[in-house]
Amino acid sequence: MPQALAQRTVDARSARRARGFPPEASILLVLIGLALTFELLGWILVRQSFLLNEQRLVVMILQVSVIGIIAVGVTQVIITGGIDLSSGSVVAVTAMVAASLAQSSDAVRAVYPSLTDLPVLVPVMAGLAVGAAAGLANGTLIAYTSIPPFIATLGVMVSARGIAKWYTHGQPVSMLTDAYADIGGGAVPVMIFLGTALIFHIALRYTRYGKFTYAIGANPQAARISGINVAGHLIVVYTIAGTLSGLAGIVTSARAVSGQAGMGMMYELDAIAAAVIGGASLAGGVGRITGTVIGTLILGVVTSGFTFLRIDAYYQEIVKGAIIVAAVIADQYRHRASRKRA
Amino acid sequence: MRSLATDAPDGCLLQVSNLSKAFPGVVALDDVSLRVKRGTVHALIGENGAGKSTLMKIIAGVYTPDAGELRLRGNAVHLSSPRQALQNGIAMIHQELNLMPFMSVAENIWIGREPVNACGLVSHRELRRRTRALLERLGVDIDPQAEVRTLSIARRQMIEIAKALSHESELLIMDEPTSALTERDAEHLFAIIRELQAQGKSILYITHKMDELFEIADEVSVLRDGRYIGTASPLDLTRDELIRMMVGRELSQVFPRAPARAGAVVLSARALSLEPQFYDISFDLHAGEILGIAGLIGAGRSQLAKALFGLTPASSGQVWMEGCEVKLDSPRAAMSRGMAFVTEDRKETGCFLGLSVLENLEIAVLEGDFVRCGFVRTRAVTQACAAMSRLLGVKTPDLHERIENLSGGNQQKVLLGRWLLTRPKILILDEPTRGVDVGAKAEIHQLIARLVAEGTAVLMISSEMPEILGMSHRIMVMHEGRVTGILTREQADQVKIMDLAAR
Repeated sequence: MPQALAQRTVDARSARRARGFPPEASILLVLIGLALTFELLGWILVRQSFLLNEQRLVVMILQVSVIGIIAVGVTQVIITGGIDLSSGSVVAVTAMVAASLAQSSDAVRAVYPSLTDLPVLVPVMAGLAVGAAAGLANGTLIAYTSIPPFIATLGVMVSARGIAKWYTHGQPVSMLTDAYADIGGGAVPVMIFLGTALIFHIALRYTRYGKFTYAIGANPQAARISGINVAGHLIVVYTIAGTLSGLAGIVTSARAVSGQAGMGMMYELDAIAAAVIGGASLAGGVGRITGTVIGTLILGVVTSGFTFLRIDAYYQEIVKGAIIVAAVIADQYRHRASRKRA
Repeated sequence: MRSLATDAPDGCLLQVSNLSKAFPGVVALDDVSLRVKRGTVHALIGENGAGKSTLMKIIAGVYTPDAGELRLRGNAVHLSSPRQALQNGIAMIHQELNLMPFMSVAENIWIGREPVNACGLVSHRELRRRTRALLERLGVDIDPQAEVRTLSIARRQMIEIAKALSHESELLIMDEPTSALTERDAEHLFAIIRELQAQGKSILYITHKMDELFEIADEVSVLRDGRYIGTASPLDLTRDELIRMMVGRELSQVFPRAPARAGAVVLSARALSLEPQFYDISFDLHAGEILGIAGLIGAGRSQLAKALFGLTPASSGQVWMEGCEVKLDSPRAAMSRGMAFVTEDRKETGCFLGLSVLENLEIAVLEGDFVRCGFVRTRAVTQACAAMSRLLGVKTPDLHERIENLSGGNQQKVLLGRWLLTRPKILILDEPTRGVDVGAKAEIHQLIARLVAEGTAVLMISSEMPEILGMSHRIMVMHEGRVTGILTREQADQVKIMDLAAR
């Protein structure tokens, strides 16, 4: 009975999956493999351990926390089948606006001389609001015009960078309050990164918001017919992504204790890379925050691993590019294998 | 080379012997043998998942078999790519047409083989000449310079066929070619198939429609569960015998009739129009009845359904429900009035293909008791979906299987389940059994009959005459956007409906 046989093997296959073989497993293996490679090379080349160094591990995650915060938002956008190119520029605008409201009274050239030493909540809320506004612009353009997300967010990317420069006519904003600088101090950025990741992991998996996000990415037409307000939902998703970029901008300026219009350059691409390495599909409907977190850590391991080995930064970029492409190729193989049966 | 080769002594063009193919988790083909004679139309039928597509794809070089061999004109061949199959005279006309919409007809046909002039550039004049000659051979009148996107589906199909002919193919594989065609276009296609046959071509014809097969096939082979069941001439078989071969069981009653028990009017449409899709449509829908909508493709039936469900609202006219006029301007509004809509195109507008059966079932019902503060009550939803899946007899290993791995019939059951979970009072079904195998079809019909007996009102669009006649209590016939008649079950027959639909 071939059918009975077929049925049995199918059962075995899905049982294996149900028993806990999440799609992130392969990405996690890549992360572990990379870490162990650097560990091994470390002993051979510089006679040091790569992993058994708490400080290095903290710095490693710290370096990619900002990318990680953005990537959490970008992952959701990618799940809807969209893309967000504006994240890096939004980081710059928020960094500028938040920093201008976070200057201490001893700042020599305060942007708003009458508004110094404000409670830390003010610049933070202002930064989040700027991010949300940028996201709202993205979402509205995408939901109510027929321009593709790539173009809409490209436009916002260019304009937002311009706004960041115009805001102080290119001048950096410095002398920020200690309370504000504390946001970027110690392991706080790591906490913010992991906190947002946890919140949106739960949101995507267990709430109606998450279910609708996946449905829209998998088939927007079917989503609409199923009663989902697709346009409204897309606006919410892009606004969330913008707000998270704003949060990243706050963290960036707090870490640097200044706001500069050139901040966040190319961050959008690193964030997209983290999501894609983590298994998100640009075709939509597929992606998980856990994967994105692992993808972010992979970027972190590569960056700090090369620094640790004292290898030129050039090689680092070359390898990073190769990893992004390899991750997507591997992912497609996995999909093809699971689709072959039809 | 090819022209020198002769057929096997018995006139057999293609012989398939003991073919087997397994995919991870399924045995798609199990020891299948088949012979296609030169100059014949050989129909291949079977339920979804019977292995028809796999067999065709092996013959067309898309898949390589695990075991068994193919003999063309008596010689064993090994086809490892569609290109190689094409070189051996085998062309496949896909269900989803593979044409480039922004290129011309001629460019599409000769892509990669464009005639060049003395300078090595593409000679457009020669391209057009060849295309015109080819299309003349098929007896179709299409401008070789027209962009493909401007042509109807029927015409695109003709271009696919012309493309196959341009390769001097001797075996054309057609996968449900009439599924998107109107009856008139289908007739034209059959005429072309007969013409090709007269030119000595063989056609391997996959279909779900029994009537077609009796109309054009010389031989019919049946596959079931990946195995070869038998080959016969349609002349020697009755429809029932054929169905029995396909499903391996007796179908006691093809159409379960829900008792005619017209309840209260649940929906009244008055003078609905959305020009140029449909004009001045008025009808009443009663609880506990199936109102069938018959008509040719393009009659505006689906547009009417979309308007009722608020997807593309009508521009004028009224809809009354329970004594008040209602405004149905979005799917949400229609859903809140107790309406549900299973669309005609499962893949395009129905399924979330990358998602699981569970995610496909639950999506329309994530509200009320199933959601608390935005959080989905996973256990309650999963239980409801599992119960629905059992009720409908969805064949899936578990609810976490991706829906794209299910057969068409089971996908359709899931879509029905999605809407039944919302407990609709009015169920709009657009081609509820298109591309669904015979077994699942009967189950879906039984389910519809049960819903109607429980008092649901069903508006059913169908292009299959037996389905419309067998299921409906009343039949509304549309032609070019207008209602041309509403027949009762007793008045209706095939001739009357065709008369109203074709005018």
